[in-house]
Amino acid sequence: MNINWFRYSSTQAFYPVAGNMIPWCAVAALALIGAGLYLGFFVAPTDFQQKEAYRIIFVHVPAAWMSMFLYVVMALWAGIGLGLNARPSFMMAQAIAPTGAMFTFLALLTGALWGKPTWGTWWVWDARLTSELILLFLYIGVMLLRTSIDDLRRADRASAIFALVGVVNVPIIYFSVRWWNTLHQGASVSATAAPKMAATMLLAMLLMTLGFWAYSFVVVLTRMRCVILERERISSITKTVSGELSMEVS
Amino acid sequence: MSQSGVAHAVYGIIRRDILIVFRRRADAMTTAFFFVIVTSLFPLGIGPEPAVLRSIAPGVLWVAALLSCLLSLNRLFTSDYQDGALEQLVLVPQPLTVLVMAKVAAHWLLSGLPLVVLSPLLGMQYGLSGESVGILMFSLLLGTPTLSLIGAIGAALTLGVRGSSVLVALLALPLFIPVLIFGAGAVSNQMAGIGAEANLSLLGACLLLALVLAPWATSAALRLAVE
Repeated sequence: MNINWFRYSSTQAFYPVAGNMIPWCAVAALALIGAGLYLGFFVAPTDFQQKEAYRIIFVHVPAAWMSMFLYVVMALWAGIGLGLNARPSFMMAQAIAPTGAMFTFLALLTGALWGKPTWGTWWVWDARLTSELILLFLYIGVMLLRTSIDDLRRADRASAIFALVGVVNVPIIYFSVRWWNTLHQGASVSATAAPKMAATMLLAMLLMTLGFWAYSFVVVLTRMRCVILERERISSITKTVSGELSMEVS
Repeated sequence: MSQSGVAHAVYGIIRRDILIVFRRRADAMTTAFFFVIVTSLFPLGIGPEPAVLRSIAPGVLWVAALLSCLLSLNRLFTSDYQDGALEQLVLVPQPLTVLVMAKVAAHWLLSGLPLVVLSPLLGMQYGLSGESVGILMFSLLLGTPTLSLIGAIGAALTLGVRGSSVLVALLALPLFIPVLIFGAGAVSNQMAGIGAEANLSLLGACLLLALVLAPWATSAALRLAVE
């Protein structure tokens, strides 16, 4: 069986596929986030120590996981683009960056909102919070570098190099609670040990994570389609339908 | 051909860069003066109380060193880029990563080493004890090469870009932050009596990591800029 691995590395092939995926992912996102929020806010038991304030975990932890995951995915596409000299890979990295930055900001914001009632402070300069803040700066740097360079090819590759340089930060964020004495709590969920949380809480958190992942698919694919249209607008594969750019369906 | 060729090239680049800067000594001295002036501003702004100054000294001195390094980065590649020497560097048979290390070494000798040498004077201005000053010097000795290496990545990525001076700062500063934390932490831990070994070891680790990875990223960015 001959698999053509590069079948969707043409924007003309990828555009309709992305368009077909978006509605399904949107439905999945709504369902998963709805189920996760319902479980988290109404079904999961009250925490012994933190009472109801802990429920922000159902937004904070999935957002933080997505922020790190999206950075690694963005760096992966940047690496593939640099290695294979594939333009759509760079476009994908360009599409992921704003969503990743949004999740990082959300994680920091919900963390601060959680920290105030529980730790007594909005912010503390411990290892995990500082490295997550650095991640936000790295996302912004990736986006800024791309927009500052006029030559499109150079902009793509420069921001790809910078994304790859910054990926060193992600393991630091992940292991920061293990390597340093931090105020931020350690890992309660691990792939190798039994979870230290109640089952309903864990389930709600996982549902929210999958829901955020589906949401990322929707937003990133939509943004990717816009990026494709912008870049291909002078070529013959796009056309203007009643004033709006769209692509030939082949 | 290969081993002596590479060593010859490295020596040639370091010698050339130092010669060029020595012909316009003002360029290199401005960064050292910046370091001195910035550190002198803080006591004027915060007040001369010795206990306060002693406690802020590690952070202030390290941030000033960081900002001086940032300022000096535009000297690293831009003049070579503008007159075409960088293209020739990319084209020679010697590996570009080694040549980049040579350029960064010359840059550090001219803008990082003066900071290390000046730091005891400024440390005493802030009332640091002799031992703390020693730790400060050692932390700067380990940290400033790392800053030069990481800054070189930012400088190479923004070569010839509009508004590159601010952009270099935005790219390099997030990557500088761990070095700043460990460097200042080493001195303040020593002052608190905890001991600076942990932070100094981490600084050394950052330096080794930067030595291995930064020239690679910098040469990729240089090839991109020169195309």
